[in-house]
Amino acid sequence: MTTATLSRWNRFRESFLWYSFRRDKVAIVSFLVLILMVLAAVFAPLFAPTDPYDLAQIDIMNSELPPVGMQGADSAFPLGTDAQGRDMLSTILYGTRVSLLIGFGAVVLQAALGILFGLLAGYLGGRVDSILMRIADVQLSFSTLMVAIIVGAVFKASFGNLMFGEIAIYMLIFIIGIAEWPQIARTVRASVLAEKKKEYVDAAKVMGFRTNRIMFRHILPNTLSPIFVIATVQIANAIISEAALSFLGLGMPETQPSLGSLIKSGFDYIQSGSWWITLIPGLVLVVLVLVINLLGDWLRDVMNPRLYKG
Amino acid sequence: MLAFLVQRVSQALLVMFVISVIAFAIQDGLGDPLQEMVGMSVSQEEREALREELGLNDSMVVQYLRFAGKAIQGDLGNSYFYGKPTLEVISEHLPATLELVIGASLIIMLLSVPIGVYAAIRPQALLAKFFMGVSTVGISIPVFLTAIVLIQIYSIGITVEWFPADTGWGQWLNGALSTEGGLPSYGRGDDLTHLFGTWYSGFFSESGLLHLILPCVSLASIMLPLFIRLIRAEMMEVLQSDYIRYARAKGLSAVRINFLHALKNTMLPVITVGGVQVGVMVAYTILTETVFQWPGVGLMFLEAITRSDIPLIVAYLMVVGLIFVVTNTLVDLVYGLVNPTVKLTGKKA
Repeated sequence: MTTATLSRWNRFRESFLWYSFRRDKVAIVSFLVLILMVLAAVFAPLFAPTDPYDLAQIDIMNSELPPVGMQGADSAFPLGTDAQGRDMLSTILYGTRVSLLIGFGAVVLQAALGILFGLLAGYLGGRVDSILMRIADVQLSFSTLMVAIIVGAVFKASFGNLMFGEIAIYMLIFIIGIAEWPQIARTVRASVLAEKKKEYVDAAKVMGFRTNRIMFRHILPNTLSPIFVIATVQIANAIISEAALSFLGLGMPETQPSLGSLIKSGFDYIQSGSWWITLIPGLVLVVLVLVINLLGDWLRDVMNPRLYKG
Repeated sequence: MLAFLVQRVSQALLVMFVISVIAFAIQDGLGDPLQEMVGMSVSQEEREALREELGLNDSMVVQYLRFAGKAIQGDLGNSYFYGKPTLEVISEHLPATLELVIGASLIIMLLSVPIGVYAAIRPQALLAKFFMGVSTVGISIPVFLTAIVLIQIYSIGITVEWFPADTGWGQWLNGALSTEGGLPSYGRGDDLTHLFGTWYSGFFSESGLLHLILPCVSLASIMLPLFIRLIRAEMMEVLQSDYIRYARAKGLSAVRINFLHALKNTMLPVITVGGVQVGVMVAYTILTETVFQWPGVGLMFLEAITRSDIPLIVAYLMVVGLIFVVTNTLVDLVYGLVNPTVKLTGKKA
């Protein structure tokens, strides 16, 4: 038993995951870019030249300055300023932070819902299964974005603008989590159906374990790898959904912008030639979503049990 | 077949019932019709009398039944903002959205089939790899961002001055990368042709068509990568099958095999998936219409939200729900008709 004596780190170094990661240039580059963006976003208060939430640091006279390299640029604002005179670099760093937070939070929520409902539907079967999956079907046929828009619209209409703006982060996590749980529930259900037939489940049943214990302690760990793959892609989807909601005015307010609301507020000024206010946050959004999607593709290839059995 | 039909239709009715309950709950929870109808000066007694007269004191079930009964007769109340029946408002805005969807679907069909088939026949070709790469990136770009970039390039125009203008190649590169812009990016234009009823079409005039270009391309851009990937995957699977090998062995020409034999079986799943994608399309029309100020139902819905025009929001939900349910049921039925392996009545596996 050599593997048992190896430390956790060494086991990871010997693993197929690490092996295939080292061999995949796209995965390495995507991972590095993602880590860079996450670090820059998490430590935004350290890196950002100004604090976009602090009104005292904003001077309206600095509004709509272009990025460095164009005529009329100010070297204090490397990516230019927006219409209110906020430094674009700082707002983008803070905005990425908000977008990542919502994306991650929404996926945690939908994973919790999806795992719970997926396990219940797959393991219990019968009526529970058909009701839960019918709800999932209907929700998916409406498309997750449509559900998110409708739920967002209803919340906004019932809470009012001001109230909605204050708790927008939690609202968005909730809305996107509710809208997208069927994706994860379906994946979990499919793997539970496959696991359920295996002998260890029969053994656990014969030993008299309770249903809850079998579901969460025995079956769940064996369904984790597909959940992991789909959750990665879902973070990208959640970030796009958040951006779309914010762009429609159903998301983050301008005072506490995410990437989506930055694009929205910049869009009003595109006709006057200030393209950077909307297109630079847009580019950041696309890069962020693209690297997460590429990592998700790579994970799917690696963890696909049909390609690799280990 | 009859059992299948009954099952699907009753399922559709059930979904429609749930949608109407949700819509009713929204209407009941968000709007107080009294506040919209009477001013501050009306006394408490008068309010109570009016409440009784309007049936607002009845039980929930009675109120729902009244709501549903009116809805079936096509009465979903009056819009606060427009001051007319909500269905009339929607029918005025629907043609614009439909034209957007038609235009985008045309672009998707005309491009996705040739590109998908090509990528399936020559998976190793450089051009095919390029198309697949572009479609991966395309999926990661939100539709409103595509729209904004298109506006910047083709409506506002860009001037590139990165290269030295005093050299010949610099000037040429600057010129080649700059665009003039000039395409309209706002609304539908004024030159619309009246077809029938509330349908004013932009397909029959130059200005109408010009106004359609950017919104349709934006809306198509989000679905195009998906369809290219789907057609490619389906086609590659079909090309592996025995009957294609047999056709090849028989010496049929490649064109005949690819386009007559293989494409036919490729398109079946593509059409059904396409039908389901209608739902996704409606969500994206809201985004596209917002960017281009396109006067369709999506923009109307968003404006209704900002104006708290509850009856219009509810009517939109009902109409869109109906469209979803009808298309999904039709797709299911068509699939059941065309593909005999579908279990018609049995329970889900």
